[in-house]
Order: sequence, then structure tokens, then C-alpha cells
Amino acid sequence: MKSVAIGEQKSLGRSIKDFASKYTILLVLLGMVLVIGIVRSHFLSPDNLVNILRISSVRAIIALGVGGILIARGTDLSAGRTVGLAAVISASLAQRSDYASKLFPNLPQLALCWPFLAALAAGLLVGLLNGSIVAFLNVPPFIATLGTMVIVYGAESLYVDRPPMGAQPLGGLRDDFTNIGTGDFLGIPIIILIAIVVAFIIYVILNKTRLGKNIYAYGGNPDAAVVSGVCVWKNLLLVYSIGGLCYGLAGALLASRTGGATNNYGMSYELDAIAAAVIGGVSVWGGVGKVSGMITGVLIFEVMNNGLVVLGVSAYWQQIVKGIIIVAAVAFDIQKYVKKR
Amino acid sequence: MSDIDNVVELRHISKSFPGVKALDDVSVNVRAGSVHALMGENGAGKSTLMKCLFGIYEPDEGEIVLNGKRITLSGTKQAMDSGISMIHQELHPIPFRSVMENIWLGRYPTRNFGIVKLINTKKMYRDTKKLFDDLKLAIDPKVWVKELSVSKIQAMEIARAVSYNSKVIIMDEPTSSLTENEVDHLFGIIRKLRAEGIAIIYISHKMEEILEIADEVTIMRDGKVVGTYPSTELTTDLIIKRMVGRDLTNRFPPRENVPGEVVFKVEGFTSATPHSFKDVSFELRKGEILGLGGLVGAQRTELVESIFGLRLIKEGKIWINGEEVSIHNPIQAKSHKIALLTEERRTTGIFPVLSVLDNTLIANIGSYIGRFFLLNTKRGVGDVKKSIEALSVKTPSAATLIQNLSGGNQQKVIVARWLLTDPEILILDEPTRGIDVGAKYEIYSIIADLAKRGKSVIMISSEMPELLGMSDRIMVMCEGRATGILDGKTATQEQIMELATKFMS
Repeated sequence: MKSVAIGEQKSLGRSIKDFASKYTILLVLLGMVLVIGIVRSHFLSPDNLVNILRISSVRAIIALGVGGILIARGTDLSAGRTVGLAAVISASLAQRSDYASKLFPNLPQLALCWPFLAALAAGLLVGLLNGSIVAFLNVPPFIATLGTMVIVYGAESLYVDRPPMGAQPLGGLRDDFTNIGTGDFLGIPIIILIAIVVAFIIYVILNKTRLGKNIYAYGGNPDAAVVSGVCVWKNLLLVYSIGGLCYGLAGALLASRTGGATNNYGMSYELDAIAAAVIGGVSVWGGVGKVSGMITGVLIFEVMNNGLVVLGVSAYWQQIVKGIIIVAAVAFDIQKYVKKR
Repeated sequence: MSDIDNVVELRHISKSFPGVKALDDVSVNVRAGSVHALMGENGAGKSTLMKCLFGIYEPDEGEIVLNGKRITLSGTKQAMDSGISMIHQELHPIPFRSVMENIWLGRYPTRNFGIVKLINTKKMYRDTKKLFDDLKLAIDPKVWVKELSVSKIQAMEIARAVSYNSKVIIMDEPTSSLTENEVDHLFGIIRKLRAEGIAIIYISHKMEEILEIADEVTIMRDGKVVGTYPSTELTTDLIIKRMVGRDLTNRFPPRENVPGEVVFKVEGFTSATPHSFKDVSFELRKGEILGLGGLVGAQRTELVESIFGLRLIKEGKIWINGEEVSIHNPIQAKSHKIALLTEERRTTGIFPVLSVLDNTLIANIGSYIGRFFLLNTKRGVGDVKKSIEALSVKTPSAATLIQNLSGGNQQKVIVARWLLTDPEILILDEPTRGIDVGAKYEIYSIIADLAKRGKSVIMISSEMPELLGMSDRIMVMCEGRATGILDGKTATQEQIMELATKFMS
């Protein structure tokens, strides 16, 4: 076969080029770490790196949820607000019994699993809602999730609303709850371990299950998927639900890591997650994307966030630089797919 | 040494892409006021050559001479301004805009008020009307393009080319989605343009058409020109021989299938959509190939897609092995062991960004579920490798993205996909459309083999030789109704044509 023969004749230079193009984003990540590390050596301190990974853990779980939805030719603008909803719900169930301004003053001390299960349930509910609107009402995902984003914000604000003071921040969280987000297990931060487990689960779902294959197929060509007998509504419902579960977990972990929650938690996280996934090679046209790419995309994002602070770039300039890097990274990556003249 | 008659001379054109030399020292002269056909198997270099002439590609070597002057083209806009236009095989008009806006797109006539330029709609309408009148086209310049039929859109594109004062118009497979009547109309337009001194470069796979309309035929093979011949000196067999570089004694494989008992019956099928098919009934036997003939617009695709559960019906019954079944979606169709190879390979067949592996397994993915909902990847890979071998799919590996394969090989992958579902009834909608001659024969062999193994096949085809060469029986439709069933051995093209036009005035 012709193309095999060409493959065998590959020169060393070409192999390096292939390698570089295959691992572009990984090289970009390493390059960023190196450059920032050289300029400010304390960037590379173990404490700082672990801190980046802790923050990345929550972000990665969100990006993994959105990533699957992007592969299925969807999008999810409600992700960030759902994270916020899950954060306030889990925080409200994990306040110390002796804390003065508890949201539910008469709530007894619950088992540790309940704040997490409640957060997951809230996320699942939003995911099912999104999936149903997209699958059964055929509303474009952008609009469907724009609507639920606003609804979820209203709902979580009502949840923490205590007239006449209005929406209140939730504090006084139990130590065993905050330990999940801040503590270690065998010397490794628990939150990072959780993110790794979630990444593994999403990897298995995308690559080793029928659902995964169907999602890639539907994203790659929805019409052909229908003809091939893919049950579209079931797969859409599932992929949005899995996304919702991810946001739910991320919300609980965020409350746990930060030791509190407000109704503004998670605001615009969905945009960061979508940007990270796209930087990581997930196609906004569907059908293409890998877990490794999503994780790398998140790390690039968080290294950039942290690096800009370490480098002393002003908060306003950080926004501008971030925006430029998102567009530049995708513009650079997309050249691979643009037809050459 | 430029010949004064030649409007275009392509001299020693070469063009390479990574790993493949698409054009190798190609020279072609096209005379003004002639129809010059360009033929060759897919991958022979026809499209690449035309893309060089139309400014989409820049040739690595060689020169393009237009009206005796050497030109370099750095884009399609420049090509069109120089008098070269191209009507693409797949038309991409803007559906929700009017016909005239599509024609003058990018160069709307304007009224200038100082620095403010406003579109001059009246002039645009007048110019379009005149253009259409000259070409005897009955199209309202103000209707939305989405309201037009494919043939009208094509006529509109030709008018657009004419409006650029084109000296050369390239037509890539212009008749691939036209009915016979529409082809006649197109040929009328082509003859008119030719009489006005415009050169038409005509790319097509359809021999009969080429022999009818072309003055000269250039045949290409493997990126080189085999030769340019006056069409009067050519026959179908000669063209095929020169295209494939070998004798193709038979265009169709021998068939050894023996139709048995009736396994599938459709009765009174009527579409839920008005003006679609109505009251269609037929039977299909085990191991039989039933051809489904008719002109484009006869609602054959709509019929089979409704049988497969993709479209709604108002009434109608299906029996499989004597038992009545109801099919409302492809999932149910699949469970009744029906497979459908759709007409539009690119829009409803392939998953371009997925691998050959995933493309092959997708319709049957459920049968690979093992423990804990996980897929048995090893068994899947094994089955795909077997399919690739059995259907001789030419692909570097199972992991190659399907979009990198040729049309014929993509089609084989989709056939493999459906064969893995172990179907008893295969519905093939134009299975050889846009596939080169060599690969067509391979697809025919696969179909013949399936029938021999007792599978029942319904094959829609708009190519009469294909229908006659492959079918045991041929059902012909016209305007949504079945107009007759012919015996494949004794039927003639004339009989099919008569039935296909039965209700046409």
C-alpha cells in the first residue's frame, strides 16, 4: 500500500515534526512552565505547583464534563452556575452544628456523603434538564443552556436568600468536609486524586463504552448517526447528565477547598472550561477530542493564570493576555485542519 | 507556437501533494467554441488539473496560457475575472437569499452617493432578467434559492458564469443529480454557449453523455494524459479501456444468485408528505436483487428511507417472512435485519473525523458490549480487519480517518458497517454514485456475492446499464408511484424509460 511505504521512508526531521505537531499543546505547556520558572524561580516551588494542581483539579472536572458535551456537538453555558448551585447546596449541608448563622439552624450533623450526594443530585438534575431541552425540544444547545444558566443562578440565589438580608455567603464548614479539598492522602492532595479518578472514568466512558462511541459518531455526523441506528435522545440525555454530575462534584469540591460558598461561585467557569477544552484540541464542530487534551488545556489555563500573577501582571492586563492566548492557541492549532493550497 | 483556435493551453503542468504526484507533465489544449470532456478514474487528476486552471491550486511547474497570453492565477476571483468559471459538482448557493443576489454576490451593482454605496436592486433585477432571457431560463430572479430544484440552481450557476463574460466554463459532473429531461435542457444550454464561442470543459463519468455532447475527449490516468481524441473516434469500451489501462471485458460480474421464497413485502406505502410516493407495493425474494429505477424526483430515496423508518408514512404495511412488522425508526429497522446504504455518502454515510474502525463498528456497536458495559475492543478490531480484507478496502490501517480514503473505499467501509449487523435485507441507494470504474466493479461483485449467499438486495440506481446489468427484477417508479416491474434479463432501456416517464406530460 502506497501510504505505508511513505510512512517507512519518514526521515528523522519529519519524525520530529510529526511529534511536535502531535504534542503541540503539551510542548506549549512545558514551554510555559519553563519560561515562567526561569523568570521567577519560585513559580517552580513544590508548594506553588501543588497549588496550581489543586485549583486545576476542580477546573479539570468541569472541563471533562463540558468536553464530552462539546464532542457531541453541544455546548454547556450552565456549567459554571451549576457548579455554584452545587457548591451552596453542599456547603449548606456541611456547616458546623455550632456555627452561629447556619442556613438550616435545626439541621443535625449529617454523614459526610450527604453534602456530596446532594451536590451530585443537583448537577444531575440540571444535566437532565439540559439534555431534555436539547434532545426533545430540539433547542440549540447554546440557547438551551443559556436559559438554564440563568434559571440555575436564580434558583441558587433563592436557596441562599434570607430576606431581608438577601443572599448570604455560607461559612463555618466542618473540618472533615473541608479536609477533602485541602487535605492529603498518602502525601497526595485528595482533591487531585479525585480529579484523576474522574479523568479515568471519563476516559473509559469516551473510549470503551457504546455511549462514548455513539457520542463521537453523533458529533462527527449527526445524520449518519441516525441512519446507523444510534438512539440520539438517549445519548444526548446521558452526555448532558454526565456533564451535570461533573459540575455537581466540582461544586462540592470547590466549597470544600475554599471552606465556603456564595451564589457567585462558579461564575463564568463554563467559559474557562470550554476554552481549556478547545485549547486541548476538542473540536467546537464536534466529533473530536481527547481526555488528555482536555487536561492539558486546563493545565495550560491554570499555569497561565498563576504565572501571570507570579510575573506581577496587573489583574486587568491578565484578562487581556488570557483572551489573546485563547484565540492564538486555537488559531495556531486549527492550521492543521485548514486545507492547504 | 500557440494555436489561435485554442482559448486555453495547459502546458506541462505538474502538481505534487505530500506523498503523491497528482499531476505529472500534463498538457491539454481546449479550442474556443468546443465541448472538451475530461475523463479518468477518480484520482486520475481531473479535479486537480481543473483546480489549477480555476486558481484554487498553484501548479508546481508548467504554464497556463489563456487567449495566447501566459497567466498566473492566485485565486478563484482572479480566474473568474480572467474569464474562467467553474460549476462545481456540489453546488453551494446561499439558500435564504434571492436568485439575483446569488448571481451578483461579491459584485452587486451599486448607486453611489459620495462615499455611501447602496445596492441598486432595480439594476440587479434587470440584469438578471436579461441574462436569463438570453439563456432561455424560466427562473424568477426574486425567489429564494431554496425554492429552486437542483437543476435550476445549476442553471443559475451557469448563468452566473456567463455573467462574468467567461470564455471557459468548467463543469464538474454537472448531471450527477439531474433527471433525463433536465440533462437535455442542460445540453441545450451547453450547445448555445458553444455556438457563442465559449469553451466548455466537461468532467463526467457518464460515457453516453460524453459521447453525445463532447467534441473532444481528453483521457487521464494516474496524473498523466493518456491522449486527446475527437469524440467521433471513441466508443464506451475504448474510453473505459484507456481510462483503466486494461481491457474491461465485462462491466458487471457474473451473478450466481437464485431467488427463493418471498421474504419481504411492502403494501400500500404512502408518504406522510404530500407529492411524495403513493400506494407503492412490492415483494422481495430471498437472494434476489431488485433494481429500483426511475428518474431523479421519482421518490425512490424517500420510499426506501421510509421503509427504514427515517421518514414518516401515512399508511402502509411491511411483512418480513410472512409476519407484519412496524418500523418507525432505524433502530427498529436494524432489529428486523434491514440495512440501508444511503444515497449521500458524505452527508448521511461517513463520519469523516472518525477512524475506519469506528466507522465500521458504529451500527453494530451494541454487540461488542462485554462486562461492566465496556466494549470488547479486541473482538471489534478483529472483525474490522476481517471486513477490510474481505471487501479489499484500501486503507493504510484501521486507525486511518475515513475522510482520507477515496470515495470507493469509503463506500466499501459503509457496506462493511452494515454487513456486520448481519442483515437479511440490504437497501442500497445509488451504491456506485461518484465512484470510479474500477471500484464500481468491486462494489458490483460484493452485491452479487451477497445475493448468492441468500441476502436480499434492493438497489436504487439512476444508471440504466447498472440496473439492467445487476437486477433480477426492476421496479420502476415515476412521480411517487410504482409504474411497473420488469424482468432484469429481458428488460430494455426503452422499457424502463417508458415506465419512468409514464405520468409526465
